[in-house]
Amino acid sequence: MTALLNVNGLTVKLPVMGELRTVLRDVDLELEAGKTLGLVGESGSGKSMTVRTIARLLPDGADVKGHVRFDGAEVFDLRGEALRRYRAGDVSMVFQDARAHTNPVRRMGDFLTEALCTNDRMPRRAAEAKAIQLLADVGISDPERRLRQYPHELSGGLLQRVMIAASVAVRPRLILADEPTTALDVTTQAEVMSILARMQAEYGMAVLFITHDLELAGAVCDDTIVLYAGQVVERQRSTQLHRDPLHPYTAALVQARPEIGHRARRLPAIPGHPTTAYEAPGGCAFAPRCRFAQDACRRAVPSLLQIGEQGSTRCIRMPDLHGRLLATTGAGDEASDHQRADAAEEATR
Amino acid sequence: MSAPLLAVENLTKRFGSGRTETTAVADVSFELASGGSLGIVGESGSGKTTTARMIIGLEKPSGGRILFRGEDRTQPARTAKALRERGRNVQIVFQDPYTSLDRRQRIGDCLAEVLGVHFKLSRDETKRRVRGLGELVGLDERQLNSLPKALSGGQRQRVAIARALAAEPEILILDEAVSALDVSIQAQILNLLSDIRDERGVSYLFISHDLAVIRQVCDDTIVMRHGAVVEQGATAAVLDDPHHAYTRLLRDSVPRDGWDPASLARS
Repeated sequence: MTALLNVNGLTVKLPVMGELRTVLRDVDLELEAGKTLGLVGESGSGKSMTVRTIARLLPDGADVKGHVRFDGAEVFDLRGEALRRYRAGDVSMVFQDARAHTNPVRRMGDFLTEALCTNDRMPRRAAEAKAIQLLADVGISDPERRLRQYPHELSGGLLQRVMIAASVAVRPRLILADEPTTALDVTTQAEVMSILARMQAEYGMAVLFITHDLELAGAVCDDTIVLYAGQVVERQRSTQLHRDPLHPYTAALVQARPEIGHRARRLPAIPGHPTTAYEAPGGCAFAPRCRFAQDACRRAVPSLLQIGEQGSTRCIRMPDLHGRLLATTGAGDEASDHQRADAAEEATR
Repeated sequence: MSAPLLAVENLTKRFGSGRTETTAVADVSFELASGGSLGIVGESGSGKTTTARMIIGLEKPSGGRILFRGEDRTQPARTAKALRERGRNVQIVFQDPYTSLDRRQRIGDCLAEVLGVHFKLSRDETKRRVRGLGELVGLDERQLNSLPKALSGGQRQRVAIARALAAEPEILILDEAVSALDVSIQAQILNLLSDIRDERGVSYLFISHDLAVIRQVCDDTIVMRHGAVVEQGATAAVLDDPHHAYTRLLRDSVPRDGWDPASLARS
């Protein structure tokens, strides 16, 4: 099977203060044309580094092992013109902070037509007409006026739509979206997501969608990968993610998030804080925070286990725990006492 | 019934003048009971933060009144003593723990400084109280002796909470205080806030765009849009059975199973 994007055994180390620090460990992922793959994780999990590696945007001195193949071609082997074409035409990025990724002294028109003029060698007039069309496509009213405006004259949501318009301008086959809606209001997020989905369907693009929001990934992605400490810990259908998580970390994230329709007596928080690949202990990286951890978990780094047709997990206890992760919230710890009190309270009402 | 701890009446704030005049907060009224927890939800530009800034005295209202225990605090304090007194009553925790701490000041010193401003304490007593505050928010001796750069985002936010509590305020304003935190850390801080409320009886004015977080923390909620209050009431009632179309839109915009952003964008 040939996926559009194929990442295999990717391990990345970055030079920090004279030493190489691991940021990604043995990451595998594949994304088929036209599909959306979610990449979920907390800070330091390696989501952004994965995307930067795919876009070949790693800093100098980075130590990279493994493969990234785009449409069968090895991305790390691309040089010169081929690399330029890959970055300019095949893959484009949408960043979290649109304001930081636009030039404040250039008008939106320059921003939108630059790629068209330089890569597609389109005449200026035609590029402008195309830019107007693109802005209209992403639901921006009065596009002619917007072309003459500067980034500071646009709101965050509007600017992010311009970013999306610019990234689809060259008809890329893959969009790398790095938390594109995190800085936006919820209603604006809904608008931006619907535009992204429509553009994706229209142009048949694949999207690698990075987010820290499990619910958002569940709602918009086909499959989702959960990263922790630079490793893939789970992969499965996004819609199953909250209902039947395959890793204790995912389950803990689902439970730690407050619910809009219910006030918990106490939230089942995950003790400790997220670790990076560099700080991760031997054995399972999540073991120190995991309430299901046993001695065996700390002994060796678990490999990815296939769980039937459903997906894969990096938890050696999964065959045993499958389906039970969400049933309880921690045995004997403080949270569970409160949880029980919570249940008791509900019952007496 | 006695006077509420905090009452805000027809509060208004306008910025600029003439053609550039904009109204950031328009005719906002609410009450916060002693020991209560009031949430303000709204999107960017809705006037949530400006309202908070007027309450702690960082902005001067253009109209309306702010009453603390029935005493009018709309105008700036006249004397340094009165200013300090106001600062002691109402404290705030900001969103970004990376810019709200002095990067050259050790955490313990930061807490001691606040204690020094508000109370006359011996050195030993100050030390004891700093340790107590650290314990309350889960910071150990080593962390109290370190600089902010040695701490993670969650730990820094604990420092900001401890610093605000050092003044023993009656009202703690939390302005998007958990929004920048990872989910696993956010839950820890939310639990901590509920413990502190039980233990100290401090009232919260909790500003957030996140409805789920508001549900977890607040007894009552007001929904703001374009500077005005569009809906207010008990949190459960506002979120489960919203009457205003905007509140419904906010609620429906939260991603979940079967979420259809396209249908929301059309409405």
